[in-house]
Amino acid sequence: MGYKEILQNYADSPSNLLEAFHAIQDEYSYLPEEAIIAAADCFGVPAAEAFGVATFYSMFSIRKRGKNVIRICESAPCHIDGAADVVAALEKELGIKMGESTPDGNFALEFAQCVGQCQATPVLTINRKPYLNVTPASVPTILAEYR
Amino acid sequence: MAVEMRIALRNYGKVDPNKIEDYLSRGGYEALKKALTMDRAELIDQVKKSKLKGRGGASFNCGQKWSFAYNVDADQKYVICNADEGEPGTYKDRLIMEGDPHTLIEGMAIAAYAVGATEGIVYLRGEYPELVELLRQAVAQAEAKELLGNFKLSVHIGAGAYVCGEETALIESLEGQRGEPRFKPPYPPVSGLWGKPTIVNNVETLAVIPEIILKGADWFSSIGDPEFPGTKVLTLSGDVKNRTFFEVPTDVTLRDVVFELGGGIRSDKKFKAVQVGGTSGAFIPESQLDTTIGHTKMALIGATLGSGAVFVLDDSRDLVDINFQITKFFEHESCGKCTPCREGTMRMRELVEKVNCGQGKAADLDLITKLARVMSTASLCGLGQTATAPVTSTLKHFSTEYAAKLKE
Ligand SMILES: Cc1cc2nc3c(=O)[nH]c(=O)nc-3n(C[C@H](O)[C@H](O)[C@H](O)COP(=O)(O)O)c2cc1C
Ligand code: FES
Repeated sequence: MGYKEILQNYADSPSNLLEAFHAIQDEYSYLPEEAIIAAADCFGVPAAEAFGVATFYSMFSIRKRGKNVIRICESAPCHIDGAADVVAALEKELGIKMGESTPDGNFALEFAQCVGQCQATPVLTINRKPYLNVTPASVPTILAEYR
Repeated sequence: MAVEMRIALRNYGKVDPNKIEDYLSRGGYEALKKALTMDRAELIDQVKKSKLKGRGGASFNCGQKWSFAYNVDADQKYVICNADEGEPGTYKDRLIMEGDPHTLIEGMAIAAYAVGATEGIVYLRGEYPELVELLRQAVAQAEAKELLGNFKLSVHIGAGAYVCGEETALIESLEGQRGEPRFKPPYPPVSGLWGKPTIVNNVETLAVIPEIILKGADWFSSIGDPEFPGTKVLTLSGDVKNRTFFEVPTDVTLRDVVFELGGGIRSDKKFKAVQVGGTSGAFIPESQLDTTIGHTKMALIGATLGSGAVFVLDDSRDLVDINFQITKFFEHESCGKCTPCREGTMRMRELVEKVNCGQGKAADLDLITKLARVMSTASLCGLGQTATAPVTSTLKHFSTEYAAKLKE
């Protein structure tokens, strides 16, 4: 679905802007500039305001990024439990650094703050689905689901 | 001996969250039926008398908050459930919602009737996508059974911003804006969402409301610490054996939480510190573990109960390094609206990083203390005001760890 169609589903209230952005990202993995401008139009707000929203929330990206967004939690409970080792394993396995996307456009790698699964640290999410008790050894298996 | 007592989690694991019938078979929606027969002022009075205080961190008297909104005349009022749960180490609201979504809906419907609102919104953090459908399904089930009358309930999702847990930032976000806190007053019960009277309550606060209505204010106020009665859901993380959750009366001690319920330290190491209330909470040393968890008692030792997160650390942990991680969190999450927080969280991170790297001097520790005072006094919202508690509490109780890292 194109962003114009997506926006139509949310047009009835400005409250829906965040949800519309989520829906666009589900399709594109990021928020293309034209989509943000179209959203501003659709909700009757200045483009600057729509950009303000798009850049405020950590789940939104205005830069093109890989299709499957991997986010690794770096909050204290995950930090002390080996999040850095998981980061190293991810970087090695994907051949990219944190904040980058793989050249084939399949993966993006980002930091996240606590995702609310602190009973099973360290935690990462892929497209918002949580993976618990992650170890460097379990990284290849997790990624295989998305390859 | 610390014993669990479940009120917010009374149905957890006992009902299928997909089936309203399960909830009904355990007395679900009876409290709402009872509330609807009560006079509104009388209902609010009951909640006030129960001395229920908010479980989202700020511990404000729930009934009192409701009465502010009740007392304002308006064509529209709103009830918002704060399900943003962003405080690191906290996962209690997720447990309540995934185990028993109807208790939240029933609590919100009661709140709405009490203050005279017909619209409710759950603001759910974007990190819990599977709960969106579960909650919407539960609302649809309650509507199909005509349990909610004219109360309309919707679910909105956030997009990863800790500050949106602050109630006025949450409201901004719901209006489709950047989640920046508003200047107060006016407070939301007078002027909130779209300028209308709005009450914002935490998931856990709302989840206990049905039980208070059914069993009475006196029943509730006699549980736990009389100054902060009831139970609290605690979520354990870090170096503790049982990394899980417990709902306990508010008069249990931290020692019982860590060593009895938590099972103590998971390795053969020793206890060093526990941080309670999330990443904005103070670090508490062994010598203060006999404190009971109620908000007032915790305040006496310069700590908070906050969200009920309990982050346990063994004696191999580097508190300066952990604090560096925490200062990075606040630098990242500061919304940037007010200067003390925007600049302060950044400078605080710089200073703690410097000490953590072995480049700090004694004067840097003084600067940290001074900066912390400015931030906690002058920041616009709770984010900047509490961001410094981890650093100041560790400087107070574990100063040798900082001293050991200083350059000569
Ligand atoms: C930075 C910040 C983050 C907050 N995050 C949350 C949160 O995630 N959940 C919550 O219920 N309250 C949070 N609060 C507290 C809310 O502002 C508000 O006090 C609370 O939702 C009121 O509900 P209660 O009285 O039922 O606790 C936060 C406050 C601040 C300053
Ligand atoms: S701290 Fe990583 S999921 Fe909570």
